[in-house]
Amino acid sequence: MSKARSSFARSGFVHLALGGYTLLALFPIFLVIANSFKTRAGIFSAPLQLPNATTFSWIGYQTVLKQGDFLGYFQNSLIVTIVSIFLVLLFGAMAAFALSEYRFRGNLMMGLYLALGIMIPIRLGTVAILQGMVATGLVNTLTALILVYTAQGLPLAVFILSEFMRNVSDDLKNAGRVDGLSEYTIFYRLVLPLVRPAMATVAVFTMIPIWNDLWFPLILAPSEATKTVTLGAQMFIGQYVTNWNAVLSTLSLAILPVLVLYLIFSRQLIRGITAGAVK
Amino acid sequence: MTTIDATDAVAKRPVRWHIAVFLAPAVLIYTAVMILPLIETLRLSLFNVQDGQSIFVGFDNFKVLFGDDRWSVSFWNALKNNLVFFVIHMLVQNPIGIALAALLSLPVLRLRGFYRTAIFLPTILSFVIVGFIWKLILSPIWGVAPFLMDLVWLKPFFGPWLGKPGSALITVSLVSVWQNIGIPMMLIYAALLSIPDEVIEAAECDGVTGWAQFFKIKLPLILPTIGIVSILTFVGNFNAFDLVYTMQGALAGPDGSTDILGTFLYRTFFGFQLQVGDRSMGATIATVMFLIILAGVSLYLFVIQRRIRRYQF
Repeated sequence: MSKARSSFARSGFVHLALGGYTLLALFPIFLVIANSFKTRAGIFSAPLQLPNATTFSWIGYQTVLKQGDFLGYFQNSLIVTIVSIFLVLLFGAMAAFALSEYRFRGNLMMGLYLALGIMIPIRLGTVAILQGMVATGLVNTLTALILVYTAQGLPLAVFILSEFMRNVSDDLKNAGRVDGLSEYTIFYRLVLPLVRPAMATVAVFTMIPIWNDLWFPLILAPSEATKTVTLGAQMFIGQYVTNWNAVLSTLSLAILPVLVLYLIFSRQLIRGITAGAVK
Repeated sequence: MTTIDATDAVAKRPVRWHIAVFLAPAVLIYTAVMILPLIETLRLSLFNVQDGQSIFVGFDNFKVLFGDDRWSVSFWNALKNNLVFFVIHMLVQNPIGIALAALLSLPVLRLRGFYRTAIFLPTILSFVIVGFIWKLILSPIWGVAPFLMDLVWLKPFFGPWLGKPGSALITVSLVSVWQNIGIPMMLIYAALLSIPDEVIEAAECDGVTGWAQFFKIKLPLILPTIGIVSILTFVGNFNAFDLVYTMQGALAGPDGSTDILGTFLYRTFFGFQLQVGDRSMGATIATVMFLIILAGVSLYLFVIQRRIRRYQF
């Protein structure tokens, strides 16, 4: 009897702690989204209430969509993120296949060389990266961002994918060789489909820092035509500091796509962290 | 790569071109965009511009950065702030992350998936969003923070924390902790899940349960993961920029009290307001950051990681 009660109290405490922290994690986000649908008076008089008939207003969103080119920024972010992920996955998988499948001199060194970038942040090379981009005329192009993000994403991709490719059965690949398949076909037809779950994990890991990055868009591509959402929101909010409706709406617009993607991919992401990252 | 193919040919094997083809794109992009610029940045730190010409100056840039008052005051200030930033993360983020992970990994917990997803949510938002959200909440104009503190009778303690030199750095660090806590939580949660049931059952048979079980059985088993979390925190903190830039601007005010190496590098290299951008000193600061991170990573790889006892299941 007493044991049952103590376990009841214990689970109550656990839920109190976790629930309390969940509130702390979600409340600020909720607060911003709820207030973005209010009039200015509503934002200040009752910040903690949901918008109601008197305080509801689209004014913030109208200002944002009229003033800033947010569709353009979204498009830029999408192009940069998708192309970078595609290149990271393709090139990363190819290199991972070479490292895990073949024995050749320098294999270990090559693996270590590629793994360096997991720990050393690419930001530290910014001075020379900007110089190089100026020299090749790539400043203020999305190509510059794509190149940088591809280089940034490759080390972890190669590392994770080669771990997974080591587990692909040799019999399968050798059967393919006996049947006269080329090495390229073996990679593309036999191995890639088998490591698809790992590819999804790598994609999610690669995506978040690219979408959220402020540093490289600010330095390499700050022009109006190449701004990403993160940089666009940063600059827009900087200009409209005192227009609370516009600021809150901009933040909500920037949160929304990430939130939707997260709700779709959170299982994948969490499974990826719990399976691959802790080795 | 040519040497590889050459030796293979000597061994009377056909040249395995496909290895080169598989490796080439990744190695080329990685080398051209990451490694070479990094080396070039290190090299630039040994040069400076005099009379419009770039000349080799040895370690003079470093002497100026460490010893010349025009630079060294800002530099030591940024380094000190960065250390405080890191210490706050280690003292607040990682223990809370471990506690949350320990609670999440308890057997028969309802709503586990919900808690996990919700607590990790801030981690995927950009620094820009997080920075502005907290700037608004902590703003005395809006009054959300004082109102909430009033609910728990703490209102007298509210202050414009972001605007005061004494509290701004701590506030920014805690916002960063709020955002990044998902990473230690998830990694440690994963490590706790990978502890085999037999070990826990054996502990329970011996009457080791609850707190004792956590500190005596589980904590030693997840030490390697805590090591990984610490080094990730270290690298992330010493290369941070976005959050301070968003919340406090490029000058990292008030009065430079939130200036960390990332914002210092940005102002130096890119210039800000009246200050003209300086490539050589920018490269010098980047080199110092590189050496700090390299020292931290090496310490972890060669000393800490080897001392930590690992258990194989």
